[in-house]
Amino acid sequence: MIAEAGLAALWLAAGLAALQFVLMIMALRSHIDAARTMRSIAAVQGVLTLISFGALLFVFARTDLSVALVFENSHSAKPFIYKVAGAWGNHEGSMLLWVTVLAFAGALLALLSRRTNERTLVAALGAQAALALGFYAFLLVASNPFARLNPAPLEGRGLNPLLQDPGLAFHPPTLYLGYVGLSIAFSLAVGALLTGDVDSRLARAMRPWVLGAWILLTLGITAGSYWAYYELGWGGWWFWDPVENASLMPWLAATALLHSVSVLASRGALKAWTMMLAVIAFSMSMVGTFLVRSGILTSVHAFAIDPERGTFLLALLAIYVGAAFTLFALRGVTLKEGAPFELISRESGLVVNNLLLSVILGVVFLGTLYPLFVEAVTGEKLSVGAPYFNAVAGPLALILAALVAVGPLLRWRSDSRPILKRLTIPALLSASALAMTIIVAPEIGILPRLGLTAAAFLAAACWLPLVGRNPLRTPLAIWGMVIAHFGIAVALAGMAVDSAFTRQTLAVVKQGETLSVGPWTVELGDVVPTAGKNWTAIEAEIHASRGQGLETLKPQTRYFTDPPTETNEAAIETFWNGQLYTVIGKPDASGGWQVRLWWKPFVTLIWLGGVLIAFGGALALVGRAWRGWRSKRDRGWRERYA
Amino acid sequence: MSRAIRFAPLVLLLLLIAGLIWRLVTPVDTNVPSKLEGKAVPAFALAAGLPTKPGLSSTDLATGKPHIVNIFASWCVPCITEVRVLQQLRSQGVSIDGIAVRDRPADIADFLARNGDPYERIGSDTESKVQISLGSSGVPESFIVDGRGIIRYQHIGPIEAADVPMILGKLEQSK
Repeated sequence: MIAEAGLAALWLAAGLAALQFVLMIMALRSHIDAARTMRSIAAVQGVLTLISFGALLFVFARTDLSVALVFENSHSAKPFIYKVAGAWGNHEGSMLLWVTVLAFAGALLALLSRRTNERTLVAALGAQAALALGFYAFLLVASNPFARLNPAPLEGRGLNPLLQDPGLAFHPPTLYLGYVGLSIAFSLAVGALLTGDVDSRLARAMRPWVLGAWILLTLGITAGSYWAYYELGWGGWWFWDPVENASLMPWLAATALLHSVSVLASRGALKAWTMMLAVIAFSMSMVGTFLVRSGILTSVHAFAIDPERGTFLLALLAIYVGAAFTLFALRGVTLKEGAPFELISRESGLVVNNLLLSVILGVVFLGTLYPLFVEAVTGEKLSVGAPYFNAVAGPLALILAALVAVGPLLRWRSDSRPILKRLTIPALLSASALAMTIIVAPEIGILPRLGLTAAAFLAAACWLPLVGRNPLRTPLAIWGMVIAHFGIAVALAGMAVDSAFTRQTLAVVKQGETLSVGPWTVELGDVVPTAGKNWTAIEAEIHASRGQGLETLKPQTRYFTDPPTETNEAAIETFWNGQLYTVIGKPDASGGWQVRLWWKPFVTLIWLGGVLIAFGGALALVGRAWRGWRSKRDRGWRERYA
Repeated sequence: MSRAIRFAPLVLLLLLIAGLIWRLVTPVDTNVPSKLEGKAVPAFALAAGLPTKPGLSSTDLATGKPHIVNIFASWCVPCITEVRVLQQLRSQGVSIDGIAVRDRPADIADFLARNGDPYERIGSDTESKVQISLGSSGVPESFIVDGRGIIRYQHIGPIEAADVPMILGKLEQSK
């Protein structure tokens, strides 16, 4: 009953989306006033998808095995939280989540948007409805999440044990919120291209959506990276895997968009470029979803491969992105660029930022799809991995990090002040950081060394925009920018230190024997069996010490019965200056155990930096919302008492 | 900005879509073709795996006649079924040499006594060095080497009865 209600809600929502799209066309053609109706329709559509997704959560929480999807992906013995998370840990459920967020974001746009030009809003709501319509069709035709089984089976088929992890239960929905949040930027851009009203008002309406989506993408990528780090048991935090790249590409585009939309909002410049980026950012989300869901590229993320679904998603991608690009090609020429700016100005700085981010995006995009094209053209199989990405994207990212320090110091339009003078202290700091790495660690690679240099420069220079301001009266948005930029420096420092100074030991040892890794002496203690709710495990006691104190870590190898799978649960101990990472592997015939150990100095800075970047974004979002609300209130008072 | 540039994104998108469609309609072939096919067997000389048979070196393979070089081990279960197919090939006049990977003479003798012995020569590759230089990642694997010592074909996994015509065909081509 609940499942049927969910399905019915989905059909109704699809019908409303179709209506909303038709209304948009009528309104744009004959100038009828459809804005109010469309706002209500969008809101109801959002509520209906929430009901549908709620129904799916409910059948998963109850483990209703008569629903095929629950049977395939759940099990009565699973912990409750993972039963619920199972709702989106599969293809159909994740697509329902996708369309729910799409419709819900459309509803919020309809309800909250007061700043946009009415006709542009109508066009944007129509575009959002068109987007939603395609994904409703995809769900209802090719991946119905509510299909029943008759008779109902007695037990479900479990869930991939790798997914039974809090990190992974919440990392995909966060990313999805980010991906789909960008759909609003896409729809607003398409709407504005349709009506021709590309101006700073549009940019100000678009900015909170871009910012919000970007914050969630940042958090999602950071969480995904940490999950891969501790769950996959190889001590790495980024693998340049196609699915990771699929989340990185929208982030790069959104980061560029975030900066160019500010130029458009403040100065009315970069119109065509900003519209293009808004289209590209969400297109990258769709490309990412397509790559992940079609299984077209081989990846450690083995999702179900289904050519029919792949074809459907590809068709949607071609229609939406193709339509937006065509619109851009036809209408882009009519856009008049706004206020001019000089070579040395905030605008130029942001253009350089955008160019670098776009080139990095291109590099990642090419690297991800290159194997596909080489095979199509020459039939040769190859894979592109870290050596390419690090060598090409790494230096560009370093240049960008150094420029991040300079950009915020520039004034809009033109700047003739001696900027370089203000950067004396950061420059001295980074020079001494460089000198120190050469003296202390002459053996490290060039990229980590320059990474540390750039991180030191940025970490000092990012605070300069606050100099000469009263910290309490500085707008939150400025604080947000400073903290986000500081987060980049922190993450960069973590990456550089990790790649330069990680120590690892892989060995087979017997109980009581010792190993050493970095400053640590590590002894293998007892290895004992243990069990959880739906797994059994071998747990090792590993005693580690460096001079004084004794730490005990307990890594496990877990065996899940349903489906039969084995996972390594790394034991990680965090210290102020790094993490000790231990994995227990298989026994050998003579009573020894495979043990893998890593000492990773300051590795936590990578994720701390990611969180700081997102926190900075959140401060900016709150600051802007607060200012917007206050100026509206002031205007209200002025009108009342004038 | 000129009009042509504004159409560039659309053109790039169409190229991408074409590539992706090609990928969707061509079935994914997970077999990675051997990089060594068409190349000479890397030089090696292995000691005898059994006291009763000669060992194997790369020069033994360039004798003017095609050979099958079979990588096997007494501890490998699929090799048990494969060895029977190899005997069938042997009875049709095919020269088969073995490389025993990480094995001991007594175990090899035991394995062949129990399952049959198709090999003319057996080299003992105790540390998998030759196996790795041949680009082989597991047991069993087989190489067809032509009379000049050039690798013509790499077969990953056991040769099954159904593969025999294909193997005979490859041997015929290698003459």
